[in-house]
Amino acid sequence: MNNLRAVAHISLESVGVTFGRYPALRDVSFDVPRGQFVALVGPTGCGKSSVLNLVAGLLKPTAGIVRAGNLPIASINRDAAYMFQQDALFPWKTAIENIMLGPAVRGKPRPLAAKEAQGWLDRVGLRGLESRYPSQLSGGQRKRVAMAQALINRLPILLMDESFSALDVQTRTLMENKLLELWQELKATVLFVTHDLEEAIAMADRVLLFTAGPEARLRGDYPISLPRPRNVSEARFIPGFPEIYETIWRNLKEEVMGTYDW
Amino acid sequence: MTGSRRALVVALQAALLVSVIGAWELAVRFHRLDPFFFSQPSVFGARAVQWLTKPGFLLGGHSIYHHLLVTMEEMAGGFFLGVTFGVAVGFLLGRSQFWSAVLNPYIQVFNALPRLVLAPIFVLLLGIDERSKIALGFSLVFFIVFFNAYRGVRDVDRKLVNNARMLGASENQLAWHVLLPSAMTWILSSLHTSVGFALVGAVVGEYLAAAQGIGWIISQAQGNFDSAGVYAGMLILCIVVVLVEFCVTWIERRLIRWKDTDETLFA
Repeated sequence: MNNLRAVAHISLESVGVTFGRYPALRDVSFDVPRGQFVALVGPTGCGKSSVLNLVAGLLKPTAGIVRAGNLPIASINRDAAYMFQQDALFPWKTAIENIMLGPAVRGKPRPLAAKEAQGWLDRVGLRGLESRYPSQLSGGQRKRVAMAQALINRLPILLMDESFSALDVQTRTLMENKLLELWQELKATVLFVTHDLEEAIAMADRVLLFTAGPEARLRGDYPISLPRPRNVSEARFIPGFPEIYETIWRNLKEEVMGTYDW
Repeated sequence: MTGSRRALVVALQAALLVSVIGAWELAVRFHRLDPFFFSQPSVFGARAVQWLTKPGFLLGGHSIYHHLLVTMEEMAGGFFLGVTFGVAVGFLLGRSQFWSAVLNPYIQVFNALPRLVLAPIFVLLLGIDERSKIALGFSLVFFIVFFNAYRGVRDVDRKLVNNARMLGASENQLAWHVLLPSAMTWILSSLHTSVGFALVGAVVGEYLAAAQGIGWIISQAQGNFDSAGVYAGMLILCIVVVLVEFCVTWIERRLIRWKDTDETLFA
């Protein structure tokens, strides 16, 4: 049992990424055990999104190895769901068609996929909006469709790239709590990129802090041992929260200031 | 647009039509325009009505409806062949960087060629029957649709491609669920232009060498110095184009319903 748990689910080993002549990431190594919720924070342009793209298999490292479940990632990672920063819903598909696309392309018969999608639509609170096109939904509703679309495949890895950053505060808190609830049920390993430190601490088991680019590296690795289940909107009142926040913030601030050269 | 505004627009449109036609009619009646060249709206209008309402009135041994049918068949043939091949080739080349690089200069040359000059070759090659007109319409329609389909596949949003891949789509599923619908907007907007060009192919082909069709009627009327016949033929073509245009718009609305945000209701 102990042995099994020691096996990392996602592992980066001395990974470097270069875009043309721009060195984005350099010598990044970390392991994520199965089922852990990891938040990635750092100044803009520090290559957090590149880490997600590496694990997704959308980006190949220029140096080092990225592994998922002990196998190097060679092409699209079929075990990973990805919720993008911007809207990536298919505008020509209705809400339900968007959600059922995953199971449908993975070979599930259409009626079954539709039934499953209906279940997810209900869970994210969009019952009755099945046949709306994305252009007929509000920003928050579109995010919920995107969340259902990403989670319906029940994949062991979930990648989220500032997925909630464009939402208003209330909608955002609702979505964050919903995500935590679904994560505990699905037991997925999560990499969650955010620029909001409070969100990162409130949601994650662990926060990874990146230095400013170019040649971004890992600066800090902070375990968050706040009790679960958590309510994101009240997490900052949990004893221990301010101390963790201050520790990480001091380091983050230095990086952020460095970016702008003040 | 509000209701009263819309009514004003329609009223002005009608007024514009009536005043232009009226000015034309009066200018001919008061000898400002030569009826030999410009005919007279009342005269060629009556001619068109006569053609359309008296099926016994024969032109070259056939009623006007026979000629219309021939022209429509040629138009439909050129249109459907051009659209089918344009979409297929545009889609395939859009997906293959390599082959589009290889074929690019030749496509540019063919597109730059004024394709109406191919008409005599098509007549020599395929004879004076409908096939040469369909070929001409095809050569006009193909490139329009081809470029739009190609562009549509090329311009597809990378985010959507990545999302589909992450959800588990294979290359074929990607083409069906993402590339084709994305290209559809471009393809559909090209159909309006294509229908017009298919008709150009048919009519110009008939005008050059044929024994039937509206283009042939116009060419005959020209040969007899019968300007009323020329204008009457044009009038009938106009009516046809408007009707076909209606159909294309209707199909377009069906196929890209998702773009219609009129019924947007934010909860």
